[in-house]
Amino acid sequence: MNSLGGKEAGVSQHAAWVKLAHWIVTVSFFALAFSGVIVLMAHPRLYWGETGNNLTPALLELPLGRNHHHPGWEQPTAFFAQEGSPVTANRNFEIFNENGWARSLHFLAAWFLVAPGAVYLFAGLFSGHFRRHLWPRSREFARGLLRQDLWDHLRLRIAAATGGPHYGVLQKCTYCSVVFGALPLAVVTGLAMSPAITASYPFLSGMFGGVQSARTIHFFISLLLVLFVLVHAIMVVKSGFRRQMRAMTMGE
Amino acid sequence: MLLTTAGSAAALFLPACSRKLPPTYGNLLRMGDTLTYAAHRALLNGKALAKEYTRADITSFPAIGTVDPGDPKNKKPSPIYRQLQSGRFADWRLTVEGLVARPGSYSLADLKSFPSRTQITRQSCEEGWSAIAEWTGVPLSLVLDAVGMLPSARFVSYYSYDDWADSIDLIDALHPQTMLAYGMNGKDLPIPHGAPVRMRVETQLGYRSVKYLERIVVKDDFDDGGEKGNIQQGWSWYAGI
Repeated sequence: MNSLGGKEAGVSQHAAWVKLAHWIVTVSFFALAFSGVIVLMAHPRLYWGETGNNLTPALLELPLGRNHHHPGWEQPTAFFAQEGSPVTANRNFEIFNENGWARSLHFLAAWFLVAPGAVYLFAGLFSGHFRRHLWPRSREFARGLLRQDLWDHLRLRIAAATGGPHYGVLQKCTYCSVVFGALPLAVVTGLAMSPAITASYPFLSGMFGGVQSARTIHFFISLLLVLFVLVHAIMVVKSGFRRQMRAMTMGE
Repeated sequence: MLLTTAGSAAALFLPACSRKLPPTYGNLLRMGDTLTYAAHRALLNGKALAKEYTRADITSFPAIGTVDPGDPKNKKPSPIYRQLQSGRFADWRLTVEGLVARPGSYSLADLKSFPSRTQITRQSCEEGWSAIAEWTGVPLSLVLDAVGMLPSARFVSYYSYDDWADSIDLIDALHPQTMLAYGMNGKDLPIPHGAPVRMRVETQLGYRSVKYLERIVVKDDFDDGGEKGNIQQGWSWYAGI
């Protein structure tokens, strides 16, 4: 898995704290994705801006379960006299709602993402792990190497596992986008949906243009993360599943 | 800060002689909820105000859950509410009792004689939607002051005509935006949204802003409301997230 060809000298292995963080976050992510879908199913409509509900226009409606386009809204009544006034309407439809346990599971799992994640970020920075293994070097972008690496991956020409953190340039870029981009963004947009947290830190919802914008971004980032996990798993298999699993658990 | 969180987390494992934290009934998810509650109390400013908007921001607002406690078609209709409703709530009284020096019984007119607060805030429902409305009411802190809440008080429980039992800690009870709301969008609070009076807890999810208030009881111990409370129905008591 090295675009420079062959193993780097001095076969390093995945550090113990990397392995631990990796697996805790993996389990946590599965719990977050699963509970996240259940949470979304209670209201499979996405909006943009400060607010959105069944009586306002949606950005996107997802055909997820029976709450999608559900009936049971009684005659709307206007709040104010003027035309185009916001309205109220009663709901007499029993929606699908498992948010009791799903939300609680989501936030419990989130602790197991954020805590090991924070430790991983600090340790990665101060141990040199990011510098040595994750951050791509400028020479790796030379002479169309990135383009070649991308093309190789699309043709499923995957280099064999090396037993340690020796990553090609596309790999490095992807891992960096996840570790420093997608995961933190998923966390921050999540926090931005909290009434208590945004009361203390209003910039959190402001920076996304409103709570419903944060929710929509949270959804799409989560989708990208699920796609990442899928592709990552396929790559692990294609590069030598047993060796990779051994490397990320017991070591060689 | 870390010590407070750790201490609060450790408290999850201590049997409570006097309960200051919600019970978990050995449920891992409820333990997670309590960890979140402890973390919020340790890390956030409990007095911070939720964002307030302008009248131009007011949006459409669905009415969900119970929309009329007196409706005979409900699973458990409230004949008392239906009667009060037919008298336009002239006979409605909100009792405020428990650990207070001067238990009170307030009519709508009584509550309206307190200094009022009007706030245009966003309600975030646990379902995922949100709406902005203008609420007018009396800050709960003023009522608790009037009844002389005792120094031993720790929680304020509130009960509704549609059989909910909820409670808030003192940080939320004394929060400037926590109110007994009798007005919505410039008019009397309509039936579907909780007439005659609903709670407003603006730094938590909508289900804490219980509609159709019947009674308030000040306590020194945590009371999860039994079968009518959130916890035993599988919901987090604290809903700041």
